[in-house]
Amino acid sequence: MAEQTPKPEQLLQIDYRPPAKDWRDPTVEFRKGVFCYSAAPKNLEYLGLPNPRKWQPYDEDWKLPPNWKQIILEGMRDRLQKFRSFRLFMDICVRCGACADKCHFYIGSGDPKNMPVLRAELLRSVYRRYFTLAGRLFPALAGARDLTLQVLKEWFYYFYQCTECRRCSVFCPYGIDTAEVSMIGRELLTLVGCNINWVLEPVANSYRTGNHLGIQPHGFKDSIEFAVDELAEITGVRVEAPINKKGAEVLLLVPSADYFGTPHYFTLLGTLMVLHEIGLDYTFSAFASEGGNFGLFTSHEMIKRINAKIYEEAKRLKVKWILGAECGHMWRVLHQYMDTMNGPADFLEEPVSPITGTRFENAKSTRTVHICEFTADLIHHRKLALDASRNDHWTVTFHDSCNPSRAMGLIEEPRYILKNVCNHFHEMPESTIREQTFCCGSGSGLGTDENFEMRMRGGFPRANAVKYVRDRFGVNLLACICAIDKATLPALLEYWVPGVEVAGVHELVGNALIMKGEKERGTDLRGEALTPKEELVHA
Amino acid sequence: MNALSAFVVVLALAALAFVGGQVVILRPLFGVILPWAAILTLLLGLTHRVILWARAPVPFRIPTTSGQQKSLPWIKAGWLESPSSTPGVIARMALEVGLFRSLFRNTKAELREGPRLVFGEDKALWLAALLFHWSLLVIFLRHLRSFMEPVPAFVKALAALDGFFQVGAPVLYVTDIIIVLAVGYLLLRRLRNPQVRYISLFFDYFALFLLLGVVITGIFMRYVTRIDTVAVKQLALGLVTFAPTVPKEVGSLLFVHLFLLSALAACFPFSKLMHMGGIFLSPTRTLANTNRMKRHVNPWNSPVKVHTYEEWEEEFRDKITAAGLPLERE
Repeated sequence: MAEQTPKPEQLLQIDYRPPAKDWRDPTVEFRKGVFCYSAAPKNLEYLGLPNPRKWQPYDEDWKLPPNWKQIILEGMRDRLQKFRSFRLFMDICVRCGACADKCHFYIGSGDPKNMPVLRAELLRSVYRRYFTLAGRLFPALAGARDLTLQVLKEWFYYFYQCTECRRCSVFCPYGIDTAEVSMIGRELLTLVGCNINWVLEPVANSYRTGNHLGIQPHGFKDSIEFAVDELAEITGVRVEAPINKKGAEVLLLVPSADYFGTPHYFTLLGTLMVLHEIGLDYTFSAFASEGGNFGLFTSHEMIKRINAKIYEEAKRLKVKWILGAECGHMWRVLHQYMDTMNGPADFLEEPVSPITGTRFENAKSTRTVHICEFTADLIHHRKLALDASRNDHWTVTFHDSCNPSRAMGLIEEPRYILKNVCNHFHEMPESTIREQTFCCGSGSGLGTDENFEMRMRGGFPRANAVKYVRDRFGVNLLACICAIDKATLPALLEYWVPGVEVAGVHELVGNALIMKGEKERGTDLRGEALTPKEELVHA
Repeated sequence: MNALSAFVVVLALAALAFVGGQVVILRPLFGVILPWAAILTLLLGLTHRVILWARAPVPFRIPTTSGQQKSLPWIKAGWLESPSSTPGVIARMALEVGLFRSLFRNTKAELREGPRLVFGEDKALWLAALLFHWSLLVIFLRHLRSFMEPVPAFVKALAALDGFFQVGAPVLYVTDIIIVLAVGYLLLRRLRNPQVRYISLFFDYFALFLLLGVVITGIFMRYVTRIDTVAVKQLALGLVTFAPTVPKEVGSLLFVHLFLLSALAACFPFSKLMHMGGIFLSPTRTLANTNRMKRHVNPWNSPVKVHTYEEWEEEFRDKITAAGLPLERE
């Protein structure tokens, strides 16, 4: 993969002038590096999804069911009746083009079908042909197209070239949300068995074991214990990390990468330290061992199926409320879908911080609090002893992850935390942060190696803003609150902006946190030596 | 190609109406029957489409949050961009509908040598769109004086305001100039910006040319041919009071004006012009960001197959035991 990828200086020789051929020509080329492999049949079988088989996007024959066209059109009809968003977004776009250069994939690829407007037109053209009078009578004039195999392949190509980041929806004068269109597009593709493995394998694993990586209960316990041991070594403090403890006050929900990947792992360490230090009575669940939910990238039905375990475990373990760790798409689900799909959570209590007494009014129905809200509240009430100078080796910037910013509005909490735990903090340019933040380019299940070139293209706008603050302020660390960011931004930054590392916000909290009874901290959570204070003074 | 064919079709429609206006037996067709049919199509089609939208439920609360959520009391919440109350939503929608708030955010991303991505302000589209829509509204309201007797005071006041500069006789309306410039800009942009041109369909041009046709004939009649306003009012009142009459003083140009407008009205419910209604219903804007405060109910929240804790415990019983974790069922 990587060796075939063009060098950074070659990748963006982009001519943004559209090609001569009309966009209604659906031909696409599945070139190595810009698409994801198909889902393995075993994953579809396990989940009971239609049409499990061996196939690849570059195959001529996609082995579709003979009545695939009818299935798709029925599926569209069904969803037009179930989702006002879908119906409306099919009808009202005026093609003003304000969304065009808002999409990271368009900026990085120059492919006009990556303009959000055209991505949606791929579906709209079929909608018009079969569901509107104008499209039936005057297909050519109304921009209507027949649903053909080529069109289906084109859908697959472009709906898996959208990270559902919602940046375009901020700029659209009608609030048309391409994430919504891509989600429905992927649902339709799922009806005929056209999925990608990078999404469906985690979904199947989550469904079976509770987490994306398929880690079973004993493995889960081992990982958590390993983290506890390592913390004891770094800090001299042995924290408790209970699993499946009934009657605990809080259920802690983390993305599984936190206990199985780096740099996520250091975020987990920081989280464990904070919860120990304040003495929170909490528990992990070995079944709800994943907050992430790739069902969001499959279908609305799958979101609900995967998410059911969370309230179920909260109920079984008799906790009072749920604390959700750093993860982007997990929080879109927890914030915008969980209560509706799996609620009401009337068996839980309205969340109150036992340390500060703060009532989390904004979570009084879902009873699920974001850890940045929780920690920001602790810091605000001066419940944490912090030594920000322990992060002095980092010059930090903050990357807003798509879902927390545009589907939650969680914007200031992480910034407040960062400004309290590190001394050197610089924002990236306004057009690239907060609600205008750029996606990592690998979200919504596209962060796989075979898709490397497209990830580098899509991630370019984010990386370029990082480069700006690296060159100007010497930024060497990008902090974020999303597990997919932490998994994929290191490769992106290495490609575009070498010398900038990636960390979770709670890793930096952990570094700065002065724990009762801790030994003198020789290293940060990564095990890198801290510069002793005296030397800094002399330097 | 789309642009050219749209232009030709509008020209042909205009010619048809021009000729039709001079053939005595066709004058009731162009003056009365087609406008009636067009308005009927507009009303029925619009209602039908809005009912379709309204009948489709909003299963999930999916606001696009363009600002800070309401969370901790000491963090300033973006009451407008991430509203958590009905007044906030109403204010957000009012800005969206009245001032095109989201379009106002428009930026231009440009890739330079380096590679370096540079963002610039780009308010031209917002300005042209805003001027066009507001002028259209003012012009529409001004036209009420032809359809109402006596003329309401607010229509008179609006016309006076619009003619504030008192240039020439008849008084020059500012909106007449603005709308030509704004629609002209939107058309030129569609033609000249390669990306926008690439995505443009026949109808995108057709609507613009129809509008331009309506506007230009209107201006021509008012300022050049000095239309007989008494005759026009007779025709207009006849249309709305269902007592149609086509006075012989009404010239062919008015038939062109009326026919192009009828075409626009008849297309309205079947086209993107429905964005006028749709903007009021867009779920990413009309919903408050109260997701975790108040439960949103999905009317079709259909049951799904899930993997329960019991099944999980059964499958991993040995491993749970080996790890020393508690079991529900020993």
